[in-house]
Amino acid sequence: MYDIKALYEAESVQDAIRLLQEHPKAQIIAGGSDVLVQIREGRRAGAELVSIFGIDEMRGVCYDEDQAIRIGSLTSFSHIAASPIIQEKIPVLGEAVSLVGGPQIRNIGTIGGNTCNGVTSADSASTLMAWDAIVELHGPEGVRRLPIRDFYIKAGVVDLKPAELQTAILIPKAAYEGYYGRYIKYAMREAMDIANLGCSVNAKLSEDKRTIIDARVAYGVAGPVPMRAPSAEAMARGRAVCRETVDAFARAVLDDIHPRDSWRAAKAFREHIAVELAKRALTESIERAGGVIDG
Amino acid sequence: MGKQYKLIHCTVNGRAREVMVDVRASLTDLLRNDFRLTSVKKGCEVGECGACNVIIDGECFNSCIYLAVWADGKDILTLEGLEGPGGEISDIQQAFIDEAAVQCGFCTPGAIMSAVEILNEGRLLSDEEIRIRMSGHLCRCTGYENIFRAVKKTMLKRLEARQREQGTGNREQE
Ligand SMILES: Cc1cc2nc3c(=O)[nH]c(=O)nc-3n(C[C@H](O)[C@H](O)[C@H](O)COP(=O)(O)OP(=O)(O)OC[C@H]3O[C@@H](n4cnc5c(N)ncnc54)[C@H](O)[C@@H]3O)c2cc1C
Ligand code: FES
Ligand code: FES
Repeated sequence: MYDIKALYEAESVQDAIRLLQEHPKAQIIAGGSDVLVQIREGRRAGAELVSIFGIDEMRGVCYDEDQAIRIGSLTSFSHIAASPIIQEKIPVLGEAVSLVGGPQIRNIGTIGGNTCNGVTSADSASTLMAWDAIVELHGPEGVRRLPIRDFYIKAGVVDLKPAELQTAILIPKAAYEGYYGRYIKYAMREAMDIANLGCSVNAKLSEDKRTIIDARVAYGVAGPVPMRAPSAEAMARGRAVCRETVDAFARAVLDDIHPRDSWRAAKAFREHIAVELAKRALTESIERAGGVIDG
Repeated sequence: MGKQYKLIHCTVNGRAREVMVDVRASLTDLLRNDFRLTSVKKGCEVGECGACNVIIDGECFNSCIYLAVWADGKDILTLEGLEGPGGEISDIQQAFIDEAAVQCGFCTPGAIMSAVEILNEGRLLSDEEIRIRMSGHLCRCTGYENIFRAVKKTMLKRLEARQREQGTGNREQE
């Protein structure tokens, strides 16, 4: 038995908002792979919960009217990876979420939970950051949308107002069209392990594949929340596709990130890995975009 | 707040069930305590080991981190549901025995349910894919190699059998 004080099951988004208003102390449970473990550990013992697990309208991947990719917040990692839209437009997101935990965790874990937990190591977060994702929130006052960068406030804290829930994550057309990416999770094991560092890079090349029109990079575990590395991006934008550009880009990430020492890895080691991962991930992104380095 | 219960309807191993569940119960609690399906093991109870793994609507879930109330309307399959009409065990269970993929047996039901999910796809998986798909299980005894072999062997056997069937089917049509 879990130490749960009360459980309220929401049948729709509006129902969830109402239940959250009626029970201001209640916490949202989606797939529960963070919440239930924390109840077991005692950290959330005695919690009142509003379950949104049954709100099927919050599941699935589709295009919205502006051709933005819309991922329902309750969509599980395995369904994201299996989505034809994701496979065609942002395969790197499917690859990133396929590195979460193990197969059973990917069937229960949701992308909403992975971003609302505010955790820096969350495997979907750096890729969503790197693709300029927009977070859609529903609350008593209606809907609001904000860039995922602004959604993160500090470690474990996101911009969710009282009685608000995240209903979808959107990737606008301008943010995915022509971009190719790569996510590298640096961990000790290949399954069931949390990232020591996660690096997600993507690039858009000119038509002749010789110039980098845009490059974006985001990290997990390089700071208290997932973060972009704008100095590095500036070093690559508009530059020639060559080894020097890649190296300059990778070195510049150190101007932006501030990892810390933890039992998992030392700061100096994380910095070393951050540069190396940036180099490899940009190289592979360029190759996926059809570019050739030093050739 | 006093105790809170919910009446749920679900299918367990092909049988329609109606049961009153405590909202605090995990699906592991429900399957073990109410239905006596003790193949569903309590290992870590925090989603790490896979000993409690069952199939819900065709997908594998660690039942220890799945609320029992969520089972409402779902179709659940546990190892007990693999039993044939005459009480015989399934091909994948036999393969686990033949390949010595069972030692203490604690991880076995959970691992077999992941294998069942894979086998039900009816396609050829690479060795790498099998390893990834079985990676949600901790086994303290076998070293995984025998488990891997049992899954691969059964996959190949089933695909061969299907090919043979299709072969005869085609001939009959001719
Ligand atoms: C064994 C194991 C291994 C794991 N491995 C990894 C891993 O490798 N990488 C990784 O990134 N994560 C991992 N996780 C963590 C977890 O699976 C993910 O963070 C998952 O995405 C959480 O989603 P959920 O739906 O289960 O969230 P829940 O546990 O239901 O919720 C998580 C948090 O988000 C809030 N929340 C959830 N959905 C919403 C919403 N729609 N609106 C507002 N708030 C919401 C909840 O209130 C809670 O605070 C692992 C977990 C386990 C148990
Ligand atoms: S008992 Fe459920 S995963 Fe270990
Ligand atoms: S056989 Fe003992 S844990 Fe796997």
